[in-house]
Amino acid sequence: MLNLRKSHAPLIGRRAALLGLSAAWSFGGASLAFGDAPMLVGPRDPRLVIVLLRGALDGMSAVVPYGDPALASLRGPLVGAPPGQPGGLLDLGGFYGLHPALAGMYGMYRANELLAVHAVAGATRSRSHFDAQDSLESGAEHRLNSGWLNRAALAFAQSNAGGRGLHDAAASRDPMALGVTVPLLLQGPAKVGSYAPDHTGRPSPDLYARIAALSGSDRLLGGTVAEGLRLRTLAETGMQDPMAMGAGGRPGAPDPYARNPFAQLAAAGGRLLGRPDGPRLAAMEIGGWDTHAGQASRLSAPLAQLDQGLVVLRDSLGPEAWGRTVVVAMTEFGRTARINGTQGTDHGTGGVAFLAGGAIQGGRVGGDWPGLGAGKLYQDRDLAPTTDLRALLKGVLAGHLGITDRGALNRIFPGSDGIGPTTGLLRA
Amino acid sequence: MTTPIDPFRALQRFGLGRRGDEPLPSDPHAWLIAQTTGPDPAATALGGLPSAAEGLDLLYEQRKLRQTGVKLVEPVFAADADTQMDALLDSTSPFRERLVAFWANHFTVSTRQGETRALVGPYVREAIRPYVTARFADMLFAVMRHPAMVKYLDNESSIGPQSRAGLRSGRGLNENLARECLELHTLGSDGGYSQADVTSFAAILTGWSVARPGEIENSRNGFVFRPNAHQPGDKTLLGRVFGEGEDGGVEALSMLSTHPATYRHLARQMAAHFIADTPPPQAVAKLQSVLADTQGDLGAAARVLVGLPDPGATEQRKLRTPIVYAAAAMRTLDLPQGHRPKLRGALYELGEPLWEARLPNGWSDRSVDWAAPDALLRRVDWAYGLAGQGAKADPMAVAQAALGPNLHPATMEAIRHAGDRRDGLTLLYASPEFLRC
Repeated sequence: MLNLRKSHAPLIGRRAALLGLSAAWSFGGASLAFGDAPMLVGPRDPRLVIVLLRGALDGMSAVVPYGDPALASLRGPLVGAPPGQPGGLLDLGGFYGLHPALAGMYGMYRANELLAVHAVAGATRSRSHFDAQDSLESGAEHRLNSGWLNRAALAFAQSNAGGRGLHDAAASRDPMALGVTVPLLLQGPAKVGSYAPDHTGRPSPDLYARIAALSGSDRLLGGTVAEGLRLRTLAETGMQDPMAMGAGGRPGAPDPYARNPFAQLAAAGGRLLGRPDGPRLAAMEIGGWDTHAGQASRLSAPLAQLDQGLVVLRDSLGPEAWGRTVVVAMTEFGRTARINGTQGTDHGTGGVAFLAGGAIQGGRVGGDWPGLGAGKLYQDRDLAPTTDLRALLKGVLAGHLGITDRGALNRIFPGSDGIGPTTGLLRA
Repeated sequence: MTTPIDPFRALQRFGLGRRGDEPLPSDPHAWLIAQTTGPDPAATALGGLPSAAEGLDLLYEQRKLRQTGVKLVEPVFAADADTQMDALLDSTSPFRERLVAFWANHFTVSTRQGETRALVGPYVREAIRPYVTARFADMLFAVMRHPAMVKYLDNESSIGPQSRAGLRSGRGLNENLARECLELHTLGSDGGYSQADVTSFAAILTGWSVARPGEIENSRNGFVFRPNAHQPGDKTLLGRVFGEGEDGGVEALSMLSTHPATYRHLARQMAAHFIADTPPPQAVAKLQSVLADTQGDLGAAARVLVGLPDPGATEQRKLRTPIVYAAAAMRTLDLPQGHRPKLRGALYELGEPLWEARLPNGWSDRSVDWAAPDALLRRVDWAYGLAGQGAKADPMAVAQAALGPNLHPATMEAIRHAGDRRDGLTLLYASPEFLRC
């Protein structure tokens, strides 16, 4: 879906008017939530950030298989200039090229901190955004009442219980979150909070405490207000630290990411995840990918926002924590291999997933390329999936979070018993 | 037979809370029913606002003036939106307003895409509001032929590949409107259609378009059918053959609007919105059967809805969505227009900006989606701001007027011990019984 605020589309004549209004409307399109449980951690102290790309990113525009001879005939106008030309693709080893809006991620690639995996699909073949997002977040073919990251948080705490390097258990057990809403990905039995930066005239601490007490016994609301306050305090304390503001930042300075709510959340998220007493699992989301029309121009803005957000996340985490971090950016499905009648693409199947972070064995494009030639497309329409997203996620949970028990991994992703974790994703 | 309804519960479950200390309905059930059978009392207040055709004209005029930076759409959009929100706040027919909000969200048009800003205000007034107690088919026709929806879901640019325009330009189908119509608006994602049905329905709908500059006067309120973009020949949808032309689309919509899967989908949506995130199957079944028995009479469905059992104790009740929560809080103070904060601003602060849903499935109405710590904290902070404007009111009197016997003793105790009136009102708005429906 096109988000006007992010668009450079020429179709939108009154963009200027909208931008002025929309610029003040932060966090309508991006949010970030943290998982709580994993505070009992071993000496490796890993961080995991899941980025949901809602709306279906066209994988073949983000990581372009320009070496495939069938590509141009399927979607010529959507294929950018080849590597080496002005504004051309950023070369990923001679067959694939990264979209030029992803320059920051290209830097990660060259530092061996970015791994793109192509022709990926999750548990469902639904082409409904909503069913497929439910599936992506549930970690199962159909919607469940909890998200896989929530179940992973519980398994992470269990698999690391009794290890060395315990953090303050009292602080750690409180739920933790960033973002106005908690996505299904993080809903479930493990307590989860949320936090999104904000301001305005506020009640006194005493009034907050009395409000929190009013709903203290409520099944849904109990403890929630108190937790929101705790997280707000934690995050705002971090923001007052000049060192935490990033390059050139200082308290009271204009927000350098005012036009990119995703980067704002990434900055706050990086500060929180970087803290010794902060969360270790987080989820963020960013939209703008549903490019049914005018894709070539519409896709640049959300890609650039994603790119800036990941760079900001890396920088606000700092080198030490970034070295312990894995970021997975994933979407509900890919888009049609052929360009449609309106210079866009429709709902498809195989797409791309990004794994980034100092803990990733990057600098390469993974996955088996199925080809685009005659008879190669899934249902003669979509990129044929060759990698199950759940294999990658299991590989990250096993290799990075230490959830190695196959039974535990299969409970996190129900119905995936035949799908083993991908190995070799992480640095030795 | 229906059980007698407590007037405070009627106001809370199906309305927007009590407005100040307005008289309580003596027969709450009859009061709710009357709102589905009588005329729309907001019609007068909304009468002078622009039509979709006028919105389009404004949009095109603004395009011509692009170089000058003159903004024509935005002030009109703002005035239209604020007038509609004022009508909601001051409504004497709040159940009808809840239905308008529900159906506008069911048939989401968002200003995030497709130049809909000049059209979305007219859309809610022209395609949704007049039909909330009429036949679903009539609402569906009005929606699918409204320029706002046609633009929002890209149908303007969907061209039949074998149509004259398609052959000349080499352009083709855009499935967006067809897919969302089947998945979200009518049959539901489990409604038994295939990818082939989506593609075929998209072909059926080719030519359903929006007037360009110069075409508005001869259009149907901004809607035009373009034969030269329409895919020729018969098409098959759900096993039925539909002929070429605009009539084929009308017949297809007619079939979809009365399809059993559509009734099931609508029944689930209504029950999940007004009763519980996971509604009792009997409630869904009752709504489904009244829709089937009446060929989709939404007024009849609304009348069945108000007779369904109350979910019960506070904890069983749904969390109010931001628009219902903010309107209910503002109505307790009964502040006159001009002396109250804008509801539109509240919706932004509470995370549900008006007509700006992220995706075509609209804003969530599930409790859990609005119960995150930061979302609740935003309600508290916003309520504190509102309470600052109600500094003259006695918080205990406001609380008792608003909730009557449903006010919890603990909340009364907290209000009694509040340091000042503002704190007292904030405690009311932050109490579980006020946060929920």
